[in-house]
Amino acid sequence: MKKVLMGNHAAAVAAALARVQVTVGYPITPQTQVYELLAEMKLNGTLAGEFIAAESEHSVMAAIYGAATAGARTFTATSSQGLAYMHEMLHWVAGARLPVVMVDVNRALGAPWNLGTDQTDSLSQRDTGWIQIYCSTNQEILDSVLMAFKIAERVMIPTMVVLDGFTLSHSYEPVDVPAQDDIDAFLPPFKPELTLDPKRPMTFGALVGPKDYLRLRRRMAADMAEAERAIDEVGREFGERFGRFYGQLDAYRCEDAETVLVTSGAVGSTARAAVDALREQGLAAGNLRMRSFRPFPAQALRAFVRPGMRLAVIDRNYSPGAGGIFAQEIKAALYPRSSASVHGYVAGLGGGDITVELLQEVWRRVHDAAAAEPEPASWVEDAR
Amino acid sequence: MPLLEGDPLSFPRVIVSTRSMSENRTGTWRTLRPVIDASKCTGCLICWKYCPEACVTLTQKVPVIDMNYCKGCGICVEECPAHCVDFPAEEPV
Repeated sequence: MKKVLMGNHAAAVAAALARVQVTVGYPITPQTQVYELLAEMKLNGTLAGEFIAAESEHSVMAAIYGAATAGARTFTATSSQGLAYMHEMLHWVAGARLPVVMVDVNRALGAPWNLGTDQTDSLSQRDTGWIQIYCSTNQEILDSVLMAFKIAERVMIPTMVVLDGFTLSHSYEPVDVPAQDDIDAFLPPFKPELTLDPKRPMTFGALVGPKDYLRLRRRMAADMAEAERAIDEVGREFGERFGRFYGQLDAYRCEDAETVLVTSGAVGSTARAAVDALREQGLAAGNLRMRSFRPFPAQALRAFVRPGMRLAVIDRNYSPGAGGIFAQEIKAALYPRSSASVHGYVAGLGGGDITVELLQEVWRRVHDAAAAEPEPASWVEDAR
Repeated sequence: MPLLEGDPLSFPRVIVSTRSMSENRTGTWRTLRPVIDASKCTGCLICWKYCPEACVTLTQKVPVIDMNYCKGCGICVEECPAHCVDFPAEEPV
């Protein structure tokens, strides 16, 4: 059924459709409506699972850790400072191989205070062992939350579904909400092999030596590689059932593109409009949208890139002392065999607009550069 | 150099233990030792309530601290309203 939903509500509706058994939450702008709608659904009986209001984000993830160890399908949502505060528990949940699904609504980190969208919050959690999926529309948010449970439970790795603060979280779009029966057929109940059970007492996460620790992390690496396949396969299965196909990458008009705008999140929608405008001027433009960041889609990226291609990477995030984070990872993935060049552009930090016009200017600058020699991160904004 | 190539990737995702955590005698961590002065103890139960290890038992008026698990954190020493918990150093082993 088609509904008009804000991004935050699309996430909450998806979690309820996934029949989450334990939701734990703590309010933070711009994520609060995810938590509010789930609380409301619990109150009116449309959310069957438990709902816990925790006293902090660290406690949220600690409660989720317990609930997921007990075998429950679990969900939460947070943003920015809340995600940063959760950081320690993100490692615990990933190391314990619990398939938790969490929505992160991108918001800039302080200081100074800023509520605008900025990916540095989620990207600074890249080494915690969570899968990360970036969404570009409210429909994709709903679909990605549903797919996230299936991916996470297949590879036993927690999954973060990331969306842009305000641009998506508070914007209303038409969203096709599948019927509960169809979701149930796509996503069967979660049945973990090991659970916390008073009848079979076990200690989880107890001390191990370096030999076992190394092998546990190596197993995690193998399952992260499996997650690359899982994201594509689950995205294909979702498409066969519901008509909307997803994968690690989403290429738009790239078949003959010489210079490609590489984006993630809601900027992907804007980039399509920029590509259309450039194509109307007879220019060979394309857009590559990175849906997954962890596992990093290095293989898919190498298969996508053609010799001599110029990649204009738009980063709405910044690692001080290093540059835009997607640009860094793309360079690492293409080194040293590719003749493609990677041009990093830092834009829209703290919620600044990344417009169709700005994206066209970036594209032209990269496309018209005399040599394909990549520049270090360029900082840009829309002057309008 | 030992490569892990031959090591099976079927290594478990998590390692669990079926041994009881009660075997883990954390009392060996202690460097300071709480000692209750029975003549001053009012039996108010504050030490029992605050002990993070839950190793204070209440079978009699003056609580008993289980030294197999007491880590010597000193919270009972700090919280006791009657100031009846002394906190001397453990003898070096």
